Amino acid sequence: MRIIKGILYALALPTLLVLLWWASTLGTKSFFVPTPGTLVATFAETWLGDRMRTDVMPSILRLFVGVSAAIIIGIVAGLLIGSVKWLRALTEPVLEFFRAVPPPVLVPVLMLLMGISDAMKVVVIISGCIWPVLLNTIEGVRAIDGVLSDSAHTYGISGWARVRYLVLPSAGPQILAGVRQCLSIGLILMVISEMFASSSGLGFTIVQFQRSFAVPEMWSGIVILGLIGVAMSFIFQFTERRILRWYHGLREVENAA
Amino acid sequence: MTRSAMILDKAAGGPGGVPATAPAGAAGNRSRPGRKWPAKQMLAVAGILGFLLTWELIPRLGLVEARFLPPASDVLAALAVDLQLTAFWAAVAETLVAWFFGLAAAVALAVAAGFVVGSSQFLRRFTHSTVEFLRPIPSVALIPLAVLLFGVKIQSSLMLIIYASFWQIFIQVLYGVADVDNVAMQTARSYGLGTAARVRHVVFPTALPYLMTGVRLAASVALILAITAELIIGSPGLGREIALAQSGGAISGMYALILATGLIGVLINLVMRFIERKTLAWHSSIRSEVVV
Repeated sequence: MRIIKGILYALALPTLLVLLWWASTLGTKSFFVPTPGTLVATFAETWLGDRMRTDVMPSILRLFVGVSAAIIIGIVAGLLIGSVKWLRALTEPVLEFFRAVPPPVLVPVLMLLMGISDAMKVVVIISGCIWPVLLNTIEGVRAIDGVLSDSAHTYGISGWARVRYLVLPSAGPQILAGVRQCLSIGLILMVISEMFASSSGLGFTIVQFQRSFAVPEMWSGIVILGLIGVAMSFIFQFTERRILRWYHGLREVENAA
Repeated sequence: MTRSAMILDKAAGGPGGVPATAPAGAAGNRSRPGRKWPAKQMLAVAGILGFLLTWELIPRLGLVEARFLPPASDVLAALAVDLQLTAFWAAVAETLVAWFFGLAAAVALAVAAGFVVGSSQFLRRFTHSTVEFLRPIPSVALIPLAVLLFGVKIQSSLMLIIYASFWQIFIQVLYGVADVDNVAMQTARSYGLGTAARVRHVVFPTALPYLMTGVRLAASVALILAITAELIIGSPGLGREIALAQSGGAISGMYALILATGLIGVLINLVMRFIERKTLAWHSSIRSEVVV
């Protein structure tokens, strides 16, 4: 019974909205807004064929490579900078500045330095995504509980064991908060790098549709970007629940108290 | 502890936030007595100087060609020239106007929607799936739509900015409104406070820290989107100037403009932190501030 109720709650509003959309486009032939039927048909026709291989997959691959590299570099550099006090003080203002630069302006710069290539797009993604991970890792490492740190010291835990059993777990929640921001920035940069400088990929294709006034195709492009965003957010939530299971449990106990 | 941990957690902008066992203050005095580092400010200045020096040396030593990466001194000179130009300030003003109005509209919409949806269990469950679906849609996906609807006018920027910042704030307000302490609410009820008074004196103060976090996150997102819209769509502002400088081959000028956007970003962060600190001076989370 509870499951049925949950499903009803989840489906009620989307169904209503689609019905509303369907009813309002019924009979009218609006240039800007396609009917739900047209959109679904266009979506299947546009994306499920050849384009999947030539445009969608390369884009997703670049996104994946860029984001993974940014996460790995961010965490490693963050662990280093976070645990060395003078290094942190030295780099802090510069890092703060780089984080404040809106990542899309890196596209013209990297285009200039590297030319238009796959590598350039991956570097754009890395150089935009790395800051939230890096700064959150630094902050997480900095905020390790003093008592825990001292206890580890007393028991002679050092080196890799210290990182594995003390630093990573206690900085974990904050690192993952950074990763979440990094994912959404990565998706934005993937699209922008293709809109700005490319002849293939999702971003390019969508802009192309818009320029040629292929409105239903353009909408279907928006839908596919949305679906990628939603899929990424689901994968992230799933992974985060697994990695931070201990932490959510702790929070529940605390909140209940 | 739980309350402040919750706040900090949201301040981290994500699902987890800082571990509940790690009050930020503890980290401050970890240095062992007897080891004195030079003052933090000196290191910070050294860091900036070191960065500029590296930047200066890379093109001078020929590691990267100077026509792709001009030395820092050239770029700073170009920035100094820019600062005296009316055209530069006009572009800055256009970017900031789009940023401000976009952010203000997003705050107004998100606060209204957040308070209504957040205060009803039914509405929260009813809208949950839709919100979770709409939120991760990257706002750049709307660029073609914005161009089609508004062309290269400021409305295009506003549409993107509002969409992106709305969700940041809305989600925070939802959390905040849901976080109202039951005892406080029941106390207010038994003292006979009406709905308006309860919202004003119980719900609002609880949600305010969340709201401020949301606004701070949204402020930087709004700047990103403002610049993006100008860069890609070509609505007037700093982003368009950057694109123009790049295609016109004014490379030092382009780097100078990028430097300027970064400085604006830093400035916005500082102002937002300041406002947050002022409005939440009464709140315990300010004392154990975690920099996000």
